[in-house]
Amino acid sequence: MREAPRARPSRDPLGLRRALADRLLVALVAAMALLAALALAGRAGADRLAERWRAGAAAAVTVQVPEPSPERMARALAVLRGRAEVAAAEAVDPERMAELLRPWLGGVADLPLPGVIEVRLADLGADPQALGVAVAAEVPGAVTEAHGVWVAHLTALAGAVQALAFGVLALVAAVAAAVVGVAVRAGLSARRDAVLVLHGLGATDADVAGRFARRAAVLAGAGAAAGAVLALPVLALLAALAGPLAGEAPWEALPWMDLLLLPVMAALVAWLATQATVRRWLRRLP
Amino acid sequence: MPRAGGHNSAMVRFSRVALAYPDARGRPGPEVLRDISFTLGEGSFTWILGPSGAGKSSVLRLMQAALRPSAGEVELLGVPLSRARRRDLPPLRRRIGVVHQEFRLLSHLSAWDNVALPLRLARVPEARVQADVAELIEWIGLAGKEDRRPEELSGGEQQRLTLARAVVTRPALLVADEPTSELDARQARRTLALLVEMNRLGTTVVVATHSEDLPGRHPARMLMLEAGRLVGDA
Repeated sequence: MREAPRARPSRDPLGLRRALADRLLVALVAAMALLAALALAGRAGADRLAERWRAGAAAAVTVQVPEPSPERMARALAVLRGRAEVAAAEAVDPERMAELLRPWLGGVADLPLPGVIEVRLADLGADPQALGVAVAAEVPGAVTEAHGVWVAHLTALAGAVQALAFGVLALVAAVAAAVVGVAVRAGLSARRDAVLVLHGLGATDADVAGRFARRAAVLAGAGAAAGAVLALPVLALLAALAGPLAGEAPWEALPWMDLLLLPVMAALVAWLATQATVRRWLRRLP
Repeated sequence: MPRAGGHNSAMVRFSRVALAYPDARGRPGPEVLRDISFTLGEGSFTWILGPSGAGKSSVLRLMQAALRPSAGEVELLGVPLSRARRRDLPPLRRRIGVVHQEFRLLSHLSAWDNVALPLRLARVPEARVQADVAELIEWIGLAGKEDRRPEELSGGEQQRLTLARAVVTRPALLVADEPTSELDARQARRTLALLVEMNRLGTTVVVATHSEDLPGRHPARMLMLEAGRLVGDA
């Protein structure tokens, strides 16, 4: 009988440390994590810009009515609301206008201000110039400004970028799962005899799949962490460029939580993909 | 009529068993076993004899729950294989020790870890693993070589290591397929002695061999196979 227990029992009966190609898998997952980090940053940036622009684009078109008597304002509103391309037209409260202008003009009570009507277009492709001509014909002196249309276009573009980022993320996750599946199938081929021995010794599918899945999850998590770290300088540069547009400090613009979650999500995708691959392989055995 | 070999409780029961391996398309191929019936009682020692290709290994694979019969029924430790759910088979396999002709040791593990493997799969506490493996390593005469990899051991030592791995969980049934075919006469005698010792301790032992000498060294019940049929039971 031995006197002292062995200090280091093997925790890797399948020899997966050598069978699952660690460098290649880690490198591939790191590359995909880098892409995912860029997509996440793009999504986060587009999200912030869209939110900021959306507020500015509350009125795609504004109409200014000099000498804003109730009749002139009512006529202008009637013209606007009667046109098909207009979704909504609302007069801005004069008190709110005065409040908005107070920092620049001070509290001059009798200063003549134009009436302002905010117009939302039903279709951003509509011609705001035609709208301005129609209003000016009924209410002489009325001026139409359509700079908000551009903001609305940018907001729509930001939304498209967000959707695209989600698509890229889904694609990256799918490719990562496929890469892990290929690596695991290669590992199963390399360790076929060992898997059969464990199966014969009474290992359950969960035992065998769990060993592969833990190894794949660790490798994918490490790869994703490396990819996230590699993405940081690129993201910092982009954040510095976008800072003036987003109105916040560059480091604030980085998607820190997404970057921290990236290794966790990569590990989860790898774990699920490996479980599915190994269990499918084991189903061939009795 | 199957006989129980003079023992009370049936550990293995074959009832009109047929076996056909599937072909490349998954369809049943030609039958390698036909109409085989016998019963092995608890604590029995049985030789399965026959020339190469007689079906000995197929019978043993059925006894390891590594296959299900194509027809008839195989009952192992009270579990009918044809009706058992897939999840019922791993616990059954843990109660059956297997000694393979080609050893099937894991080359990346030490001798110690190879023997400890079944206990760790069964989630036995590590303190008991240490004690049981140490005892078995001593029993098979490999004390001092427990850190060696299988390829650093002789054929006889590897076979004894396989035997230790097969019995470390104290299985109810021990199945050995040509356990001495790769060994010289001295190592073969030693391996046989260990099998007989396991049987003396209460394990039901089944040994398949094509050797005509081996059964003479330990007289016991003999099942004779030929061309996939049971042709003798003595």
